[in-house]
Amino acid sequence: MRHRIIALIFISLADGVQAQAAPDGAELYARNCAACHGEKGESGIGVPLSLPSFQATVSDEYLHKTIRLGRPGRVMPASGLSDAEIDAIVRFMRRWGAKQPQSPQMYDARTPSFPAEPIKGDPEHGRRLFAKLCASCHGTDGEGGQGTGVTFSRPRDQQIMAPALNNPGFLAAASDAMIKETLLKGRYGTPMNHFLGKKAKQKDIDDIVSFIRGFEKTPKTQTAAVLETEQAVLTMDSPYDLQATIENVKRAVVSNNFIYIREQRLTAGLVPQDQEDPRQHIIYFCNFSMLNTALATDPRVGLFLPCRITVVEQNGKVKMMAVNPKRLSKIFNNTELNALCDEMTKRYLAIMEEAAI
Amino acid sequence: MNKAIRLLIAALLLGLAAAAGADQLLMIRSSQPFPETMSALQNAISDWGYKVTRVQNVDIGLSKIGYKTDNYKVVFYGKAEEVAQLVEKHPELIPYLPLNVAIFAEKDNTILVTNRPGVLAEFFPDPELKALFMRWENDLTEIFNEVQDAR
Repeated sequence: MRHRIIALIFISLADGVQAQAAPDGAELYARNCAACHGEKGESGIGVPLSLPSFQATVSDEYLHKTIRLGRPGRVMPASGLSDAEIDAIVRFMRRWGAKQPQSPQMYDARTPSFPAEPIKGDPEHGRRLFAKLCASCHGTDGEGGQGTGVTFSRPRDQQIMAPALNNPGFLAAASDAMIKETLLKGRYGTPMNHFLGKKAKQKDIDDIVSFIRGFEKTPKTQTAAVLETEQAVLTMDSPYDLQATIENVKRAVVSNNFIYIREQRLTAGLVPQDQEDPRQHIIYFCNFSMLNTALATDPRVGLFLPCRITVVEQNGKVKMMAVNPKRLSKIFNNTELNALCDEMTKRYLAIMEEAAI
Repeated sequence: MNKAIRLLIAALLLGLAAAAGADQLLMIRSSQPFPETMSALQNAISDWGYKVTRVQNVDIGLSKIGYKTDNYKVVFYGKAEEVAQLVEKHPELIPYLPLNVAIFAEKDNTILVTNRPGVLAEFFPDPELKALFMRWENDLTEIFNEVQDAR
């Protein structure tokens, strides 16, 4: 019996080693990337990875580092996958790059690789050129475009939002030479124009690259911010009884510019109506303008929806409770959402305070 | 797969995700259109012993006010006994109950998203709750797998 167990352990270990040796890139991509980037890399919440001009201007190393580090504060999370698994995903993604029928001739079908050496330029001159040529899309401080995918935030014919060039994840992943190549060749199929054969000289492009690299030395900007806050739940005691508190919350919701939607018991739908626990009531409400803004900023915010406060009676005491949006904002890795979550936390507290007066 | 092994795998995944600061959302893309995916989600929730308590129409409210939106709904679900026990023993979890999944259309595909239940272990570090969050994470992963496999 013992021999069998030992044999089984060895077989399991061997299986594990085999699995480590040949991770399935397609499966890993489907599980980790497709939700945002599309099954065939056609974009969605994330950028279009299969776009030929993208494939032709990024190195495997850039893709690997991007998966590993993510984009702090810009939705794309850092990955805990092994190096072998990330490499398998990169290899899988490269299958799209092989066929590039609609690409202009400036793009090479081969996978590019770039030297790691820094490019020397005049960052001050680069700053002026950046302000003139790049800032309208990438922002004055390289903070990138706003919003994220799906129908809520931008027209479907625009596949990509301008990346945040000051993001620490981008700066760590992209070499100077890769940034230069992107400037020279642009990204055909996106609003990113190429500088090849235009008025900008090689030196000008080096200066812009040098300015972009300089973002590394500036303090971590708002782009990569993640809200840090304490408790996951907002709680406030009510001096009133359960029913009076429920009515107070409904009134406070309206006076704080929300529309009252409905009230239901916490266990509604879980048990027959006559068995519902009468001591916990959820009050649902919404501010549609705020909701529309939130979905445009990040369509994944559904777990907040609709806004709700639960009124609970426990041991003779009545409490109001809600999720703390500020605490939840961290899981979205989206700096743009932070301000909205902060605002929602304040509004929840304002409603509870008003209901408790 | 043996339940204990699945829990072990979930625990390892939780540990890895936490260690790497990795994605704290569970999110999948279904290649099926919205109505089919919604139906698959509700079936999968039932298959895993939970009850759908409500489907919240986020899209209808937005459209009525005049905002342009595609299908967007939130599915709430839970287990009666589990909710009753948590309310008594861990009332701090009440605002996170019932559990929910946001489901929205993206062209001909459908996206499902919710927070990893494992994230709640960070919010509520009571060791007694860890096994529960692990089970929720495992069940949700299986529910999402079932939705993805549905054709």
